[in-house]
Amino acid sequence: MGRISERFETLAARGETALIPFLTVGDPDIETSEAIVLSMAEAGADLIELGVPFSDPIAEGPTIQRSSERALESGTSLHAVLELVSRLRPRLDIPLILMGYANPFFTMGYERFSKIAAEVGVDGIIVPDLPPEEGDDLYGRCNERGVDGILLAAPTTTPDRLEMLAGSSRGFLYYVSLTGVTGARSQIAEGVEDGVRAARGVGKIPVCVGFGISTPDHARTVSAYADGVVVGSAVVNRIEAATSRDEAVANVASYIAEMKAPLRASQD
Amino acid sequence: MNSEPDERGFFGEFGGRYVPETLVAAIDELTEAYPRISESAEFKRELDDLLTHYAGRPTPLTFAARMTEEVGGAKIYLKREDLAHTGAHKINNVLGQALLARYMGKPRVIAETGAGQHGTATATACALLGLECEVYMGEEDVRRQALNVFRMELLGAKVNPVSSGSKTLKDAINEAMRDWVTNIHDTYYCIGSVMGPHPYPWMVRNFQRVIGLEARKQILEIEGRLPDAVVACVGGGSNAMGIFHPFVDDEGVELVGVEPGGEGVQSGRHGATLTAGVQAIFHGKKTYVLTDDDGQIFPAHSISAGLDYPGVGPEHAYLRDTGRAKYDVINDDEALDGFIYLSRTEGIIPALESSHAVAHARKLAAQMSSDQILIVNLSGRGDKDVSEVRDILARQGTD
Repeated sequence: MGRISERFETLAARGETALIPFLTVGDPDIETSEAIVLSMAEAGADLIELGVPFSDPIAEGPTIQRSSERALESGTSLHAVLELVSRLRPRLDIPLILMGYANPFFTMGYERFSKIAAEVGVDGIIVPDLPPEEGDDLYGRCNERGVDGILLAAPTTTPDRLEMLAGSSRGFLYYVSLTGVTGARSQIAEGVEDGVRAARGVGKIPVCVGFGISTPDHARTVSAYADGVVVGSAVVNRIEAATSRDEAVANVASYIAEMKAPLRASQD
Repeated sequence: MNSEPDERGFFGEFGGRYVPETLVAAIDELTEAYPRISESAEFKRELDDLLTHYAGRPTPLTFAARMTEEVGGAKIYLKREDLAHTGAHKINNVLGQALLARYMGKPRVIAETGAGQHGTATATACALLGLECEVYMGEEDVRRQALNVFRMELLGAKVNPVSSGSKTLKDAINEAMRDWVTNIHDTYYCIGSVMGPHPYPWMVRNFQRVIGLEARKQILEIEGRLPDAVVACVGGGSNAMGIFHPFVDDEGVELVGVEPGGEGVQSGRHGATLTAGVQAIFHGKKTYVLTDDDGQIFPAHSISAGLDYPGVGPEHAYLRDTGRAKYDVINDDEALDGFIYLSRTEGIIPALESSHAVAHARKLAAQMSSDQILIVNLSGRGDKDVSEVRDILARQGTD
């Protein structure tokens, strides 16, 4: 069993919902990202999504677009992200997931990427612009090597397709909670609960909700029906607003602690 | 030669649907609706009527007598897309797509634009068909093309400046896709070239095929035979696909795409994706793209904003790799010469985009014999470029 599935089993046994924060690696530099990842793990993050910067991130709202631009300005490549994982792995036992757009993976070569990812200890990948029809080649190679190919589902996904996605995804299914781009919203979109419950009903795979979640109240609401909660833009906002590395680390850590509190012993 | 995509939208290994999950339902809806609606007698009749009585089709095939004489090689004909309504081939595609949007019951149409040509054409079609229109345009382009912004607003469209990334066409496409993801229920995304996820490259090419169908018929009427070569400029590649496609199975017809060489391919400041790009996944498709070693997309460069795109339609990638079409490069300065040349020789001011095809045709025709025939797709008129060319010439004069 992979590190991601193990983590969800442990959380389920404890009656907890997973908190999955996201940051873009290299925003504003690799050293800051490294420090933030370590402190997030300590503050209560259960899995961590490491964003691989891309020049044209079409599913992202302005917050993550800007972080991707800052990361590229600091010279962050997919290689650099993999190197960071190799440095973090001996110091962390929580699952580390790469999230990024298809082309940097395609350019490196799916075979080469999946090999290195497995070697350095990447636990999963999320590639928003690579649906399973186009992504078999990457997801297949990754799955074979124990790097989970995590698929996304959306409110617009038809029931048949939802079944296919939940059946093909590894680790967990990422349920995009709104028809829109990433970014903090004032409330959770309607219909998410039904969608997540339907996805959970399909198979045994955990379902986590992301896009638009930013407050402990959102987290509490979603934890009633989901296995995990992804927060991205809210984390990135705190990194963007900080004036120093220490401030970024401290602000993100206190936010993670605040978000995790309602997720402990919260599942029905 | 198989010139239709497979059911997953691939021309050979190029194309596909590399889109976020949220868009899959919309793409499925379009993939189902487009062939069903566009094959219906009612839609065909309505589109034919618009192309004839509104857009001014068929456009003429003009024998370029003085150019032919001066070059001293093949007989040169110009396919006059510059004479279509709004001054370029773009109208063929937007009339098809806007009509499709109406048939699909989508009251709101969005589009991306670089210099403003596709945005203006979309705004035009939406005004005609009573659809709401919003156009995404890079902040940098909004500044450079203030007149086109006003033109779109005059036609009733809302223009949204895009300040992310390089603030140009590729970022406008990103933003239009984000809008589409967000407003999928009532919104139709009208893509301006043979790019994006399937079915767009196939659909846009089919709406542009009218160029090649007319040209083929016209040359048979005038000369009683097919041409030896067809030349067209390639940015995203819609005018080229439009004129190439009806000739793909005519083996004796050489198909030549002309890419923007910018300041020279060696300089790195160009848009010659088929000449100098690598295979990549970008804007919903797999094709040739300008990228760095890490797979990040490079901004393209060309004197002509309409060719300033770092990717190219997947069917062109397929035609190139199968050897059915060949692709050459014309640099900024050569295109500028072509612009002036055609103005003085034929009394036609070509768009800077089309000037690339003109400049290349001049070279190519010179190597051909007088019993051969070459057709240049004159994809648009150059009125939009006149003030920029004046500025460039003034700067050159003071250098």
